[in-house]
Amino acid sequence: MSDRDDRRLSRRMLLQRAALGAAAVTLGGCDRLSQSETMTRLLESGQALNMKTQRLLAGSDALAPEYPASMISPVFRPNGSTNPQTGLYQRHLASDFADWRLDIDGLVAQPLSLSLTELRSMPARTQITRHDCVEGWSVIGQWSGPVLEDVLQRAGVRPEARYVVFHCMDQLNGRDFYYESLDMVAARHPQTILAHSLNGETVPVANGAPLRLRVERQLGYKMAKYLRGITLVEHLDDIQGGRGGYWEDRGYTWYAGV
Amino acid sequence: MRAASTAPPSSRPVRRHALPVRLWHWFNLWCLVVLLMSGLQIFNAHPALYWGSVSNFDDPWLEMYAIRASDGAIEGVTALGPWQFETTGVLGYSSINGQQTVRGFPAWATLPSHQFLSMGRLWHFFFGWLFAVSGALFVLHAVISGHLRRDLWPAGREWRGLGRDMLNHLKFRFHDHAGKYNSLQKLSYAGVIFAALPLMIVTGLCMSPTVNAAAPWLLDLFGGRQSARSLHFIIAGSLVLFVIVHVLLVLLTHPLRQLRGMITGRAPERHGSRRTDGHPEVPHE
Repeated sequence: MSDRDDRRLSRRMLLQRAALGAAAVTLGGCDRLSQSETMTRLLESGQALNMKTQRLLAGSDALAPEYPASMISPVFRPNGSTNPQTGLYQRHLASDFADWRLDIDGLVAQPLSLSLTELRSMPARTQITRHDCVEGWSVIGQWSGPVLEDVLQRAGVRPEARYVVFHCMDQLNGRDFYYESLDMVAARHPQTILAHSLNGETVPVANGAPLRLRVERQLGYKMAKYLRGITLVEHLDDIQGGRGGYWEDRGYTWYAGV
Repeated sequence: MRAASTAPPSSRPVRRHALPVRLWHWFNLWCLVVLLMSGLQIFNAHPALYWGSVSNFDDPWLEMYAIRASDGAIEGVTALGPWQFETTGVLGYSSINGQQTVRGFPAWATLPSHQFLSMGRLWHFFFGWLFAVSGALFVLHAVISGHLRRDLWPAGREWRGLGRDMLNHLKFRFHDHAGKYNSLQKLSYAGVIFAALPLMIVTGLCMSPTVNAAAPWLLDLFGGRQSARSLHFIIAGSLVLFVIVHVLLVLLTHPLRQLRGMITGRAPERHGSRRTDGHPEVPHE
């Protein structure tokens, strides 16, 4: 065997070992990499790209598909909190939400405090849409309620406001109140509504009574249930974990269009 | 040192695969492994599949779960249509770090190994981008370089020879011309590259509610979001089968020479692989 063949052979072995090594490191190390802050940030950059691409493709107004009444699911499967035990919620539930108010504050011209009756008397949008859980399942339901943009207009959003934060009455872990946030594009989407009715009835407790958010181009965890207040803010940093939502603070991506 | 002309013909290397093909092949393998394992992690968050737009929770066509058997033991069950199989230890109920757990696919098949949906999604979508961009670059190269026309797309007479090719494969007779793919090979490679892999991307996108708003016709094409999820799973499964057969066939036909060809781009010409007309075989790249 000539020198050249020797060299080629060793190069081959080197390459083979490099490939095998890379594979071993990848698979054996993925669990450890998943614990690493840097790796998590790198992987999350893919989500930023998802949001930019999707916004480009769908624009700000493309509507989520709406379905005929015949396709409404017999049971609208609830997830997350289904029967909040907080004192706050139990009090409101006991009085059938008679004293409940939706407070709208933060970067607005005119803070509001709306009763359920006031919200029900606003022009409602009714939509039969598909609800996609991050876990992978889907159900279809008919939702009615005022368009969020109409409510925001009544309060008068100040120009420096960049996010709409939704405060809830439930605590999934018994400690932190659930919350969520949208940017102005998602908040002003024509199908983004504050739903007070599901399938023609008042929203059941399991699905978020008395009022829940619907954001039809994103996944279920964005659609905060058991609403109590809305705050307009410039940034999300100083709210709870600072990532813009209960699940976001626990590793889920803020943009949930995928 | 011997002159090149006196070297035996068997050691003369034949160019087998161009550099972009080799780079894509190994990079793509890496992407697909991460995508498969993170995909199974995502599947495990709701280990059931349905047809149509929504989940009819009473009627999945595939489901993995655990039951308490009459003897008190917990068993993993995989239900496929009307059939139920006991799959304890692998599907439905398996151990992670010595702890028996109710889960769809077992820890060794998912990324991360423990239940961690948000992290599985991060891996899946990041590598989805790498896979889609590198795949698009590969197809661009295949078209421009002529790799597609010359080596991958079955020519007219090869379609007619397909039956004979299948028969030969069933008899484990692989007419392995150095540097040329037979028609069955061409068909499977072209099928994977131009059907299965693009379908993985499209059915994946079809599960995104924002993509559904941007392109509702895609949903109609696949029969609804849950159908798209099922198809995504089935095509992923068929890709796993393809890789198994692909590796088996490499093992059956000069594995070291083939591996060397896909790593270094060159492989020694074999004895007896010369054409009968006396001309050396034309290297295909």
